[in-house]
Amino acid sequence: MSEHKGPSRRMLLGAMAAGGAAMTTGMARAAGDPAITELQPWMRSLGDGVDAHPYGMPSPFEAHVKRRNVEWLTADPVSSVNFTPIHELDGIITPNGLCFERHHSGIARVDPSLHRLMINGLVDREIVFTMDDLKRFPRYNRIHFLECAANSGMEWRGAQLNGCQFTHGMIHNVMYTGVMLRDVLAAAGVKPTGTWLLAEGADAAAMTRSIPMEKALDDCMIAFKMNGEALRPEQGYPVRLVVPGWEGNMWVKWLRRIEIGDQPWQHREETSKYTDLLPDGRARRFTYEMDAKSVITNPSPQAPLSHGKGPTVLTGIAWSGRGTIPRVDVTLDGGRNWHQARMDGPSLEKSMHRFYFDFDWDGRPLLLQSRAHDSTGYVQPTKDALRAIRGPDSIYHNNGIQTWHVDERGEAENVEVG
Amino acid sequence: TVPTGEELALGRLATPDEIAAWDIDIRPDGAGLPDGSGDVWTGEELYVENCASCHGDFGESIGRWPQLAGGQGTLTRDRPVKTIGSYWPYLSTVYDYVHRAMPFGDAQSLSDDDVYAITAYLLYLNDLVDDDFVLDREALAGFDMPNVNGFYPDDRAETEFGVFSAPICMEDCRNEVEITARAEVVDVTPDDETARLAREAAAT
Repeated sequence: MSEHKGPSRRMLLGAMAAGGAAMTTGMARAAGDPAITELQPWMRSLGDGVDAHPYGMPSPFEAHVKRRNVEWLTADPVSSVNFTPIHELDGIITPNGLCFERHHSGIARVDPSLHRLMINGLVDREIVFTMDDLKRFPRYNRIHFLECAANSGMEWRGAQLNGCQFTHGMIHNVMYTGVMLRDVLAAAGVKPTGTWLLAEGADAAAMTRSIPMEKALDDCMIAFKMNGEALRPEQGYPVRLVVPGWEGNMWVKWLRRIEIGDQPWQHREETSKYTDLLPDGRARRFTYEMDAKSVITNPSPQAPLSHGKGPTVLTGIAWSGRGTIPRVDVTLDGGRNWHQARMDGPSLEKSMHRFYFDFDWDGRPLLLQSRAHDSTGYVQPTKDALRAIRGPDSIYHNNGIQTWHVDERGEAENVEVG
Repeated sequence: TVPTGEELALGRLATPDEIAAWDIDIRPDGAGLPDGSGDVWTGEELYVENCASCHGDFGESIGRWPQLAGGQGTLTRDRPVKTIGSYWPYLSTVYDYVHRAMPFGDAQSLSDDDVYAITAYLLYLNDLVDDDFVLDREALAGFDMPNVNGFYPDDRAETEFGVFSAPICMEDCRNEVEITARAEVVDVTPDDETARLAREAAAT
């Protein structure tokens, strides 16, 4: 367990000595740090009052921490995707305003007083709920990741986009508050022949997916809050489906209807899309679960090492659609030697996990990789291992190991190694 | 104890009109299909008027909009072309999706007959019917799409989990490591001037 011992005391002392030398030079130049020796405006004048920001926003110095899109990926920004700035985040909770978006007909602006959820089909009672009705079912809180099935899909044929925001940012991880789908279904009374359900959204795409009843009764939720506040419009306000561990497309937003049936509907999003073409020309369908995956978020192409040699914090995220992440391995030399990373923070089912690897950087180039293990014993494969089975055209479900090349300056690049 | 959903008796019964208004989904066995019909030539007129500006006169697509026709026999090739004719397993999906979500930006504006006609025309564009073809409920439910047997359920448990749960190496795992692909060479990532300036400011 203790393969990684962390930086030795000798290494730390050496680094401090080096830092001390740099500081001495700076002092000689400026006779003291002006950040200390000069009075800053915020030390003298008054700041905003408590009435200035009824809904607060991040510091203007953090203006670069934002969702970004890649114009050439899609025909139009309305049926498109943007990316969570995971290289700027820490811990496991994604702030609501930074959660990536994926719409098929834009953000529906739903008036909650006019929103209804209908349950029909193979049930004893076909029912309509208002939002007020839904909020009277017993309420639960769960933290789960939502990963787009296409996350990392642009990387199947090789290193393409330069930054983990773009290669791995179709993901967010928030605490949902809502009701269990099984309770809502029980109110309608699912007939014994009801083995599948169809979830449908209220937007102009009227997004539909077929979901097996077993999953619906297990851990699916109908959520109306994320991270304590109402869902954001772009995340399905006033209500969305939560399908823990399964591909993001199934988490139907602006959920307006659930039909119970005895077979899948084979709709566009489970035939034309979200099916995975393999080398023999046939395709997997119903590839629901998101396999164990990880990525180093710092350093990464958008987050270079700017501090030079010495103590360095490497960090990243790992997750699995099948359970928890008890362990992540990290390599600095492209997979020749691996070290066990330090997991920190909550470890929850089908949620993001945070890992760290604290090391002393000697200034030489690095080939960084992380390898997640999940609670079923599955170990995150390399991209080559995945391509050996699936070929390069399956679009979805790319959970292959990511490599960052860090050069002597600390600049990082998305690469593949062989 | 927490009350169950069954005990709570929340919500109210849906009326038949409400269910009819929202329950528009179609299945491969034809369940959900309305009465009506449409032929290829009616479909062409509707398609040119409502669809061709994005999908092209022959379903070949304009720009990055989806290609609807062609691509037969390309699924094992490098860069497969996945269209209704080459890839989609069921015709019911065409009817359902066009009816619920197209035209993009004017969803649910087509009548039941319109959708039958456009679906017939899409079959014609994919060389799957002659120009005198008429589509209705019976014809649609019984229609065999070329790639209907091209799909099978998720088999990762059999083909991948064992391979990817094997013992792993921690030390001296490989010899030379060589960089084989580089994103900077591909150079398609959007520039982020704001972030670069913020980094530089923080470093000084």
